[in-house]
Amino acid sequence: MPASAPPLRPEIQFASLEQQGETAQLGMWAFLVNETLFFGALIFTYYIYRLSYPHEFAAAAKDAVLWCGSVNLVILLTSSLTMVLAINAGAQDQRQAMIGWLIATAALGGVFLLIKGYEYYLDFQDKVVPVVNFAAKPGEGSAGQLFWVFYWVATGLHAIHLTVGIGLVLYMLLRRIRHGEITPAYYAPLEVVGIYWSFVDAVWLFLYPCIYLVGRS
Amino acid sequence: MSVTTVERGPAAEPAAAASEPSYLTGENTVASWLLTRDHKRIALLFFASITFFFFIGGFAATLMRLNLATPEGLLQPAVYNRMFTMHGIIMVWFFLIPSIPTTFGNFFVPLMIGARDLAFPRVNLASWYVFNLSGLVVLFALVMGGADAGWTFYTPLSTSYANGYVFAAALAVFINGFSSIMTSLNFIVTIHRLRAPGMTWMRLPLFIWGIYAVSGVMLTATPVLAMDTFLLAVERFLGVGLFDPNHGGDPLLWQHMFWFYSHPAVYIMILPAMGVASEIIPCYARRPIFGYSGMTMALMAIAILSFFVWAHHMFVAGISIYSGVAFSLMTFFVAVPSAIKVFNWTVSLHKGSIIFDAPMLYALSFVLLFTLGGVTGLMLATLGIDVDVHGTYFVVAHFHYVMVGATVSAFFGALHYWWPKMTGRLYPEIWARFAAILTFVGFNLTFFPQFILGYLGMPRRSYTYSPEWQSWNLLSSAGASILAIAYILPLLYLGWSLLRGRKASANPWRATGLEWATRSPPPAHNFERTPVVALEPYCYDPERDTYVTQEGVPHAG
Repeated sequence: MPASAPPLRPEIQFASLEQQGETAQLGMWAFLVNETLFFGALIFTYYIYRLSYPHEFAAAAKDAVLWCGSVNLVILLTSSLTMVLAINAGAQDQRQAMIGWLIATAALGGVFLLIKGYEYYLDFQDKVVPVVNFAAKPGEGSAGQLFWVFYWVATGLHAIHLTVGIGLVLYMLLRRIRHGEITPAYYAPLEVVGIYWSFVDAVWLFLYPCIYLVGRS
Repeated sequence: MSVTTVERGPAAEPAAAASEPSYLTGENTVASWLLTRDHKRIALLFFASITFFFFIGGFAATLMRLNLATPEGLLQPAVYNRMFTMHGIIMVWFFLIPSIPTTFGNFFVPLMIGARDLAFPRVNLASWYVFNLSGLVVLFALVMGGADAGWTFYTPLSTSYANGYVFAAALAVFINGFSSIMTSLNFIVTIHRLRAPGMTWMRLPLFIWGIYAVSGVMLTATPVLAMDTFLLAVERFLGVGLFDPNHGGDPLLWQHMFWFYSHPAVYIMILPAMGVASEIIPCYARRPIFGYSGMTMALMAIAILSFFVWAHHMFVAGISIYSGVAFSLMTFFVAVPSAIKVFNWTVSLHKGSIIFDAPMLYALSFVLLFTLGGVTGLMLATLGIDVDVHGTYFVVAHFHYVMVGATVSAFFGALHYWWPKMTGRLYPEIWARFAAILTFVGFNLTFFPQFILGYLGMPRRSYTYSPEWQSWNLLSSAGASILAIAYILPLLYLGWSLLRGRKASANPWRATGLEWATRSPPPAHNFERTPVVALEPYCYDPERDTYVTQEGVPHAG
């Protein structure tokens, strides 16, 4: 920690750093309630149509690139682990370990996006991009396109959320930690980022079976 | 007690009060306002924004009423369609939903719970900027000619057939949602974490409970609308989407998702208004509110039940008769907590020592108009009646009684009640009473004829009508002109009072809440010392004309 770092003081509306930290966490949980409803509405829409057109959806879903989604699931679950290890290290004043685990987390997030980008490339080749490059496959009917609209909207929004998450981790690394603002006495900002990161991970946990697994057997 | 001001004891207003300047005079640069993190200044910024949009939306309404004064109409049909669409969008998302939470909620949540600011001041400021960004988008849509699909954006009209700037309007609604979410999140966290010592949940003023309930609804309903408008925008912009029957999509799904937000949105408008009435009525009846705990439970019950009634907007849209029955029943359930509230406000007047000042007049018109709007809501929840009057002016009159009559009355009531605290000036009571009565008269004259028109069968959203309905329409348009004056009047005398009004003391209405324990206007960080709460709110005694503040300080008559 730089020697010049002043002792942290709570903001004016808080009595103590502890209160400030707890409040920040509650704020993130409240935000995630909102995010859950946001993605929940989308998944709800998806199942409404899935139940209406089971065969068309099953036919369309066969074109989703299973290995990309599966590898990405493993990567994202691992990144949640490294995130928690970073928070743990921060709580125990192991600065180097904290920085290392955070870099690993951001890197895993980046790998996820790379694989996702490659998958989008494969999708384009496969002509499953509605409006831009789309050809209905046998058995899909017109409803197959609904699956792909859902696919692009859902994975696109998830990728945006993950990008924000990577941005937050980098902000922690490049600013808050470099300025010595994350200490064992006050590491709530890191925990808040961790809660968000795990949520983005959990969203993929729900999207993965919806896109890649249902009706695949 | 119009201009009677009661000085507080020296303990609450120490000689060292000048040590910290008031939030208004602390810094006066433009940057100090635009980059402020002070919840009180942000409240005033929001107040300026929503007042602007109120008059834009009101202008559209004026054109509509002018058009409907004669059966042939003045406007081109297409212009009329755009006017009612923009009136709806602007009034709902840019005035009614943000109105009380972003102004009085922002200003008074920290003051009433004894905090120095909201939990996340930067998020609060960002909320104002996002609001204005969405406002710019909606103004763009308006200036370019407006959207014409109705404020409900029903598909496939909105996605395939409408010619106006529907995409821009939907985008504005989408962006606006983020502002709602940021504000509500801030309130929930603040009320949970920043209450002063001794401020337990059952000692919270009912306004805080109202804001808490509405924040819960906003936080959970708005994201569904966000997803909904996002999908609509995808469909409209890219030409492929989830509501298009050509691709197997279901237009009814749009209605389900839209009303899943927009019915709770009605409660977003009314819950804070209920909180305002619950502050004003005990203070001006000089009596504790009747059934405090019942009032809190009723607020929360309305907030929760509001999520299970949405399809009563769709009785004639082709939903099954069984879900029609279920949603009709659920809608009746909402009447129970609503009626509890109306009964409790009424009983709170019993044996009170009532002062008919402007805030009280507004609060009483709130209760009356809410009751009328609520009872006609029950009529609409009845399947048989709804089939008959669905899509007529009966529905228009019903929701205007709730959203305009009730909510806007409460908004003006709150504005007068808290004006001395916000500005440090007293408003002219005679003018304010006149405006309050004029609002009530003008409102009823505007909207009661619409109940009759609706029952006679006049369809809503139509620019023309058959000539035998003209007298009722003329009456409605005449009432609208009175209402317009009643809404502009406060702007004039409140503006005057800013310059010439008498200076207000800390507690001009002899009220019990913590917001009155600090100076008027409050210092930048609200309190000279952290208040300690000893009592429940509303400890008034009408017989001896005394009251005890929430800090436990007794005051004689």
